[in-house]
Amino acid sequence: MKDQEEEVHVSESPEDTRELGRELAKRLKPGDVVALEGGLGAGKTLFVQGLAAGLGTDPGIPVTSPSYTLVHEYPGPVPLFHLDFYRLTRKESVLELGVEEYFDGGGVSAVEWAEKFAELFGPETIWVKIERNAEERRRITISTIA
Amino acid sequence: MKVLGIETSCDETAVAVKEESRILASVVASQDEVHAPFGGVVPELAGRRHLELILPTLRAALDRAGISPDQADAIAVTSGPGLVVCLLVGLSLARALAYAFRLPLVGVNHLEGHLMAILAEKEIPFPFVGLVVSGGHTSLYIVEGWGRYRLLGQTLDDAAGEAFDKVAKLLGLPYPGGREIDALARTGDPAAVAFPRSLLKDGFKFSFSGLKTAVLRRVEQLRDLDSARADIAASFQEAVVEVLVAKALRAAREFRLPRLVVSGGVAANSRLRENMLAAGQNAGLAVHFPSLGLCTDNAAMIAHAGLERLQRGLADPADLMPRAVWPLSGVRSSHFT
Repeated sequence: MKDQEEEVHVSESPEDTRELGRELAKRLKPGDVVALEGGLGAGKTLFVQGLAAGLGTDPGIPVTSPSYTLVHEYPGPVPLFHLDFYRLTRKESVLELGVEEYFDGGGVSAVEWAEKFAELFGPETIWVKIERNAEERRRITISTIA
Repeated sequence: MKVLGIETSCDETAVAVKEESRILASVVASQDEVHAPFGGVVPELAGRRHLELILPTLRAALDRAGISPDQADAIAVTSGPGLVVCLLVGLSLARALAYAFRLPLVGVNHLEGHLMAILAEKEIPFPFVGLVVSGGHTSLYIVEGWGRYRLLGQTLDDAAGEAFDKVAKLLGLPYPGGREIDALARTGDPAAVAFPRSLLKDGFKFSFSGLKTAVLRRVEQLRDLDSARADIAASFQEAVVEVLVAKALRAAREFRLPRLVVSGGVAANSRLRENMLAAGQNAGLAVHFPSLGLCTDNAAMIAHAGLERLQRGLADPADLMPRAVWPLSGVRSSHFT
């Protein structure tokens, strides 16, 4: 059994949250899965915008919320697959999206509202939990397998 | 020429029959009797659901148009952007019909369908400013003609329609929330809460994520949501509408265009219609909204875009494939030269 490693960060602004995503991206490789949890307005999409910047996707293509479209794909040196389970209520729908193909694909997957179907994520998944403490402040916990 | 249009790129399963000058039938499964067996089920995107609905929807559209499938002259189908698992349902049917009845097949970009939807029911001279506002998109274009689209700006985070639905959820309103907020806002004060108008003065980009969070904070601070709900709905809606109106009018002014077309699901919002029409009148700008059935996802807009393409001699190969990612800027080079 490998050890779980937890890093706790405090973000004071949207830019801080984005920067944390950018930092995390430096440690990611194709096939990695980042599962994000945190309620409405926590800053999940902001964090993924940072991931995209860190992975070097095209800065001319804005990273927007995939809540409606469910999946956005961003090509780049390491492609980013941005998924969102917000609207999904059944596990079958999630599987039908082809999540396994994204997770095994040649890019990094970032999944918003991942906690809704936590059982779909393997032990190697990097969990990012964003909690709103105050107006702007967020507590961001990044859990990885050491 | 009768074109059969098929749309399965998002939540709706839709089939339509369109002639040059009129829509013979436009059936959207979730809004129609073909959806009855699934009544009460919260709509959820799934290829399987499209698969269950596509044939009854096709039959309903053909019946309503009074034609048999061999009387169609061409098949138009949404081939992107969207989820491959959903697009494939429409594409498989389209390919099968085209093969069986030896009809030309043409793939249509879903966003192009929305942007040009109004042309399925009336003629609007080019060029015009086109604003597409829906659950998945908030984008402003200059439309110079079919296949000639210039993106001025889009949302940097949430789409306007997404903000409507998420705020509806915060207010405890049922899904789909856009219509609920529209109705509730009529009884509220749009000036009750000064919600942020993000990027209002900043070019043609949009941002609605901060507004959503501001509503969340407001709701959390309330002791009694019930008495404040209508005011919050009205004030939130006003913030979205003000930004959409300001940017669309700015685009028309800056590029000296006399016409504006607003489309997508949010174009069904009554306050947006009212304020955009009034602002257009003040500015000497002709503002057009498609009728409600052409605002939300539908196949008549797909049939019409396909018809336009076919009239230019453009068709796609019989093995037309889905395109998950397909920005409108890519439509011109691949289909119109």
